[in-house]
Order: sequence, then C-alpha cells, then structure tokens
Amino acid sequence: MPSYWIAVLVGSLAVFSWKFLGYLIPARIANHREVVILAGKLTVALLAALTAVETFASKHAVILDSRLAAVLVAALMFWRKVPFIVVVAVAALVAGLLRHFLGWA
Amino acid sequence: MPKTPRSSVVSTSVGVGLAVGLYGTSFGALAVAAGLSIAQTQVLSLLMFSGGSQFAVAGVIAASGPAGIVPAILSAWLLGIRNGFYALRLNGVLGVTGILKLVASQLTIDESNAVSASQENAQDSKRGFWITGIAVFVFWNLFTFIGAFLGAKAGKPEVWGLDAAAAAAFLGLVWPRLKSLQSNVIALLAAVFTLALVPVLPSGIPVIVGAPIAVGLVYIAKNMPWGARLKEADNA
Repeated sequence: MPSYWIAVLVGSLAVFSWKFLGYLIPARIANHREVVILAGKLTVALLAALTAVETFASKHAVILDSRLAAVLVAALMFWRKVPFIVVVAVAALVAGLLRHFLGWA
Repeated sequence: MPKTPRSSVVSTSVGVGLAVGLYGTSFGALAVAAGLSIAQTQVLSLLMFSGGSQFAVAGVIAASGPAGIVPAILSAWLLGIRNGFYALRLNGVLGVTGILKLVASQLTIDESNAVSASQENAQDSKRGFWITGIAVFVFWNLFTFIGAFLGAKAGKPEVWGLDAAAAAAFLGLVWPRLKSLQSNVIALLAAVFTLALVPVLPSGIPVIVGAPIAVGLVYIAKNMPWGARLKEADNA
C-alpha cells in the first residue's frame, strides 16, 4: 500500500503543474483558440475511454457483466437529469442486486 | 424584482460548492474500494483537488493495482490539462501575485472557472472564483472523508457494485460534454480504440493511448472533404 503514495503525491504535483503554469504564461501568448479547444476534446476522449474501461474491461479481457446494466441505467438517469450522486449510488445498487439475486458476474 | 448581484454570486457559489462537494462521497468510497487508504484518499482531495483526475487515479488503481501507478499518474496529468487553460483565463481576471497565485492555482477547477466566467462584471467574476473555489474545496474534502470512512466499512467492492459506480461516475463526468457531433464521435472512437487495446497493452495504458488517437483521427477527418460535418461543432 505505501507504493500508492507515489501515485498520490506525484499525480497531485502533475495536476498542480498545469494549474500553476497557466498563471505564469503572459495572456497574449495564451489565447490560442485551437489549443483551448484541443484540451477540451482531449478531456472528452479520456473520460469516454475511462468509462469504457470501467464498464467492459476485466484485467486484459473485454467482457459483459452487471456493470453494463448499471451503466445503461446510469445513462438513462443522466439523460433525465438526475443528480450525479444519486445516479452513482443507484448504479452501485443495480450491480449489487444483479450479483446477489440473479448471480450475474 | 431588482437584481442583487452580490448576494446572487454568493448563493450561486456556495450552492455549486455544496452540490459538487456532495459527490466527494462517491470519490471517497471508490478510492478506498480501489485499495487506497483513507489518508491517501484524503490527500488526493487536498492536494490533487480536481475531480476527473482523482477519479482516474482511483479507477486505474482499482483495475491495475500497483502496476497502475504510472498510468494513474499519466491519466491524472492529462485530465488536468484543462485546468491550465482555466488558469490562463483567470490570471487576467484575478490579477493575483505572490502566495495568492499559489492559492488561486490550487482552487482552479471546472466549477470555480465556470462560475467566474458566467458573471457580468469584473468584481463578481473575482468573487465567484474565490467563493466557489473555497466552497468546493471545503465540501469536497469533507464529503471525501465521509465517503472514504463509509467505503472502508463496506468491504469488497464487487459485492456492493462499487466497480459499477466507478463506471457510472466517469459517464457522469463525460455526459455534460457530449454536446456536439464532434465530441460524440471523439468519445465513441476513444472508447472503441481503448477497448481494442485492452488485451494487448499493459493495464492502464490503453486509456492514455486510445484517447489521443481518437482526438487525432477526428482532427484529421474534419479537414477532409467528407468530414465537414465534424467542423460545425468546434464551439461546443
């Protein structure tokens, strides 16, 4: 477990470096619209990739299990504008119940 | 009714802080389920303080264990880029120097920038940033602790469906950004490429390879004659 401190501390420093860098760069250099848009698109791509991995990946395999059912329910709820924390709790409940009562993976 | 900008910026800021802070509970529970200690989880909320990056650390470590340390750092770092762009904007708005520059940097996140950017005058833009940033920081850390504490009591993540909760959390973070054809195509390609790479690359790496490939392909495609429909979305 101590080794996770590296991820925690180095990761924090890495994230902070972007925040601080922004305050050091003079405004006239900074206003490159294309770059700002690119950063937004990279964020979308990373979050989508993480969603996919958390939903389908198990070690080195791509599988279908209760997580997919939970994510589909979550998608429906986000579409209906249900608050984030409620959706996350319900998703956990859906997967938990499917495993407990129906014996799904 | 006459507008009262001062009190409205305060209530907006605190409201956003409370709403966002609440889902620190889910971060806390997921991070502990991933194998981080309560202390490590709390330090992430104090020092990293950027929701997407924090969920990435927890998600990658949950999936990969100690092998996920380097990918977790890289994922968090890449997800943190956008804060740098908020900082560029805020530097002009806040006019901070010295130690306040460090404090402002730490409070530079999606929400503090968004509230600041939506104010109508310079004074409220400053106030919106500081109050939202501080409110989110306080509530996010408080609820992280509550979530981590509850998560530590809950035991094995699969039993409670916490692994599915992690997937739902990432979906919720990407959902508000899926507002244009271009963003949707990028998201879909990123998911497909990343999953295709899962069997062949070390754990945690598919995300940081698949996502940039998707962005690159869409940037090439939109400049092709047949890709023109992808262009209209640049503002979204």
